[in-house]
Amino acid sequence: MQKAIIEKAKQLLADGTVNRVIGWKKGEFAYDSTPAVFESAEELENEFVYDDFTASNVSKYLIKESAKEGKVLVFLKPCDTYSFNQLVKEHRINRENVYVVGIECWGKADIEKIKARGISGIKSITNNEGTLTIETIYGTESIPTYEVMAERCLSCKSKKHVAYDELMGEEGEVIDSNRFDMVAQLENMTSEERYNFWRDQLSKCIRCNACRNVCPACTCEKCIFDNDNSGVANKAPADSFEENMFHIIRAFHVAGRCTDCGECSRVCPQNIPLHLLNRKFIKDINELYGEYQAGEDTESRGPLTAYTEDDCEPSVVHERGVE
Amino acid sequence: MQRIGVFVCHCGTNIAATVDVVAVAEALQHEPGVVISKEYQYMCSEAGQELVKEAIKEHKLTGVVICSCSPRMHENTFRKAAAAAGLNPYMVEIANIREQCSWIHKDKTSGTEKAIILGRAAIAKVHLNAPLTAGQSPVIKRALVIGGGIAGIQTALDIADAGFEVDIVEKEPTIGGKMTQIDKTFPTLDCAACILTPKMVECAQNEKIRIHSYSEVSDVKGFVGNFNVTIKKKARFVDETKCTGCGLCTEKCPMKKVPDLFNLGMNNRRAIYIPFAQAVPKVATIDADYCNMLKNGKCGVCAKVCTAGAIDYKQQDQYIEEQYGAIVVATGFNPIKLDKYDEFAYSQSKDVITSLEFERLTNAAGPTSGTLLRPSDGKHPHTIVFVQCVGSRCDDSKGKSYCSKICCMYTAKHAMLTREKYPDTDVYVFYIDVRTPGKNFDEFYRRAVEQYGVHYIKGMVGKVTPKADGTLDVQASDLISNEQLHIDADLVVLAAAIEPDKSARPLATKLTASMDTNDFFTEAHAKLRPVESPTAGIFLSGACQGPKDIPETVSQAGAAAAKVIGLLSKNSLTCNPCVAQSDELMCNGCSACEKVCPYGAITYSEKEFRMPDRTTKLRRVASVNPAVCQGCGACTVTCPSGAMDLKGFSNRQIMAEVDAICK
Repeated sequence: MQKAIIEKAKQLLADGTVNRVIGWKKGEFAYDSTPAVFESAEELENEFVYDDFTASNVSKYLIKESAKEGKVLVFLKPCDTYSFNQLVKEHRINRENVYVVGIECWGKADIEKIKARGISGIKSITNNEGTLTIETIYGTESIPTYEVMAERCLSCKSKKHVAYDELMGEEGEVIDSNRFDMVAQLENMTSEERYNFWRDQLSKCIRCNACRNVCPACTCEKCIFDNDNSGVANKAPADSFEENMFHIIRAFHVAGRCTDCGECSRVCPQNIPLHLLNRKFIKDINELYGEYQAGEDTESRGPLTAYTEDDCEPSVVHERGVE
Repeated sequence: MQRIGVFVCHCGTNIAATVDVVAVAEALQHEPGVVISKEYQYMCSEAGQELVKEAIKEHKLTGVVICSCSPRMHENTFRKAAAAAGLNPYMVEIANIREQCSWIHKDKTSGTEKAIILGRAAIAKVHLNAPLTAGQSPVIKRALVIGGGIAGIQTALDIADAGFEVDIVEKEPTIGGKMTQIDKTFPTLDCAACILTPKMVECAQNEKIRIHSYSEVSDVKGFVGNFNVTIKKKARFVDETKCTGCGLCTEKCPMKKVPDLFNLGMNNRRAIYIPFAQAVPKVATIDADYCNMLKNGKCGVCAKVCTAGAIDYKQQDQYIEEQYGAIVVATGFNPIKLDKYDEFAYSQSKDVITSLEFERLTNAAGPTSGTLLRPSDGKHPHTIVFVQCVGSRCDDSKGKSYCSKICCMYTAKHAMLTREKYPDTDVYVFYIDVRTPGKNFDEFYRRAVEQYGVHYIKGMVGKVTPKADGTLDVQASDLISNEQLHIDADLVVLAAAIEPDKSARPLATKLTASMDTNDFFTEAHAKLRPVESPTAGIFLSGACQGPKDIPETVSQAGAAAAKVIGLLSKNSLTCNPCVAQSDELMCNGCSACEKVCPYGAITYSEKEFRMPDRTTKLRRVASVNPAVCQGCGACTVTCPSGAMDLKGFSNRQIMAEVDAICK
């Protein structure tokens, strides 16, 4: 797969379709692949990587890249294409300056799950038809890929690309996933249990802003939390929970626009399941206003910014909120 | 720092009875920026306003807080007073310590505490107020009347009479409404058609009036003085401009078994029809549910017989866009459905009918040509029982809680007319109360009892049972003689409650006009602004606002017209300066605000920006047209980055109020 992608990139660079490529390159370790821009066949050959750890959703980088001169090539996994569409819809990406190649994805590995098995001193990781062979300084380990697959990939919502100029490999389908199961569990808690759950989780937050910075829905020119005029930037919190409200406010800000790509939870250094906040919104929107998948297209109006006469009454929303 | 004056009103005892106004003035005296704090008996009086004006001059006030009634009442009064003293009127804030405080609190301690908090919030807001200047917007000198019943007709005629153009949108093929179905009108017993049809004709002939029959309002945009309305002209499959109304098609159409809705389904008409002889416009309409040509392409008789060539089977719904300065709602009423009232056997027996059906049975243009005959066997009924309050004044879920107002009078009319025309008929009326508060109404009712010998019995009918011999057993209680009655009736007439037309609720949503729980449109003020909706530029005419008889409807229609004329005779309206504005440096260009704006006030454009690194960048940013913006604030809550803000109600002002309340 990686080889074919590099070949495709080289070809599109060579024939002048694009002058840059966005993809992933290897980081310091075998498992910390990072997004990168490539400008020559040489760079591609030496550094481009597509493996079990190229999990980053690179669509957000196109905001800056598509504003530059010339066309940029981007390789998008199915879930990334939803974020891409949403950004095009919000006029954040200049679609004309982007050449999208859709690539297959069969789920990415979660390094935390590997480390949780007591594996350390990793030198390299290779995938042989569904089995990860991990070379460490202590020896070699083998794990079936699915056992260490990231949670968000286990509840993958779609293997279908909703936007591309060209597709590599076979097109998948939208999956009837179990992604709302955990939200349903939270809903079944008493309000006190739920409050305690979130206090426990959110109290871990160190406000590193990684979730916001990676989020393809968080693309404001100036974030409200950084805006001195908003009256909330750098405000001294009245208690420890006020600080935690950041995540709830952020979930409100992306409600109806979040495509559920799961990047927020992936990058959280404290492993807070932030995606559950967004999924709660998505589940509520689906139930109150009918099924809606943000980023499925570039035209439709999000349920929270559209109005139809059969929209449910505010009282219905309120009733659900009361136990 | 602002120099703020606080003025606390007693409003007689309205506020002072449950709020210690002296304590409020004293407490607010110590708030930051407050240089003077006073209380007075009636702040809205000349003397009260003088107090405010003098304080502005003497203490060089830059902001004013009035703790008084709702801003809906006197905000304008105090803004004008401030302006007269040289202060920008938008530097005045009202703390509502009456409707939102004194009226809802019984305990003076908690009332006073809340009044102080509300005052504090208003002071916190004034600190962030900035002077605003109102612009002007033009008025389109044309009105739209929605509904072509007697209410809509009268309103349109009065507006046209004042020289303004007016359009009527009527969903039925003809204007006229419910009054066309009525036989005689109380208390004078004029023939309804004789007094209505001249007005219908007048509408058709008036050059200022355009009638869009068989049409509906599909979309409303804009605001007072500048409404943009999309009207859906439903396909009637007949070219209105060609049809001469000769009626030949309605005689030749082979589809004879179509229930005639004008006669409430009591007889049949053809698939192509003109509702009644005096219809305006007199144009045929094809009922697509029954027409064979439209359903399966087999027939075409009407097209063959039409010498004018008006039949057009391919006609489509047409959407036209029009602009209006004012909109009058006159959507009227309907009798409620009686399927939930099994006890009256309405669905079991043809001889249990509603009062409106009774009107058709006595009308010369009705299914029996005006002879009162039983629907089941066409025989003359000898005993008729009228049941009042069917679904009115009900506390259960089946009916309506309100009094339908017109039933007492039309039932007296039915009873009287029956006795006059058929003296051999026994007529019983069962009532809870007889309500006759109109001019000459009680005399009318007493005539029915005393002169015409109608049996009025106080009590409710419990059950109507169809019997094998074709008569109806009416079981009822006589509350005055305290006994159970059984009456063998030939015909039972139910005075069904009336309710607003079903089209009213979606229309209210389109107009952003408010409704009560019964789906009647609410007026801006129950006593003082009864024909205006709280939404500026929307007026109410007739039964859409509450149950009304014809004289009341007509006078309200005239009143609504007067309000419209007042509006249309202005060349421009003072705009609300509290409009949205976008901070272009913060705008992401996402278009969310543009999509939610109900007035189309927001546009996007590419603009060049100088960046901190001395380069220039093209960015897509929002801008607001202040002449179109109505300050609803939908954009400000939609904007993800907070780039949109509302002048006079900025995010910072609202946060400051919340902080002041939570302090």
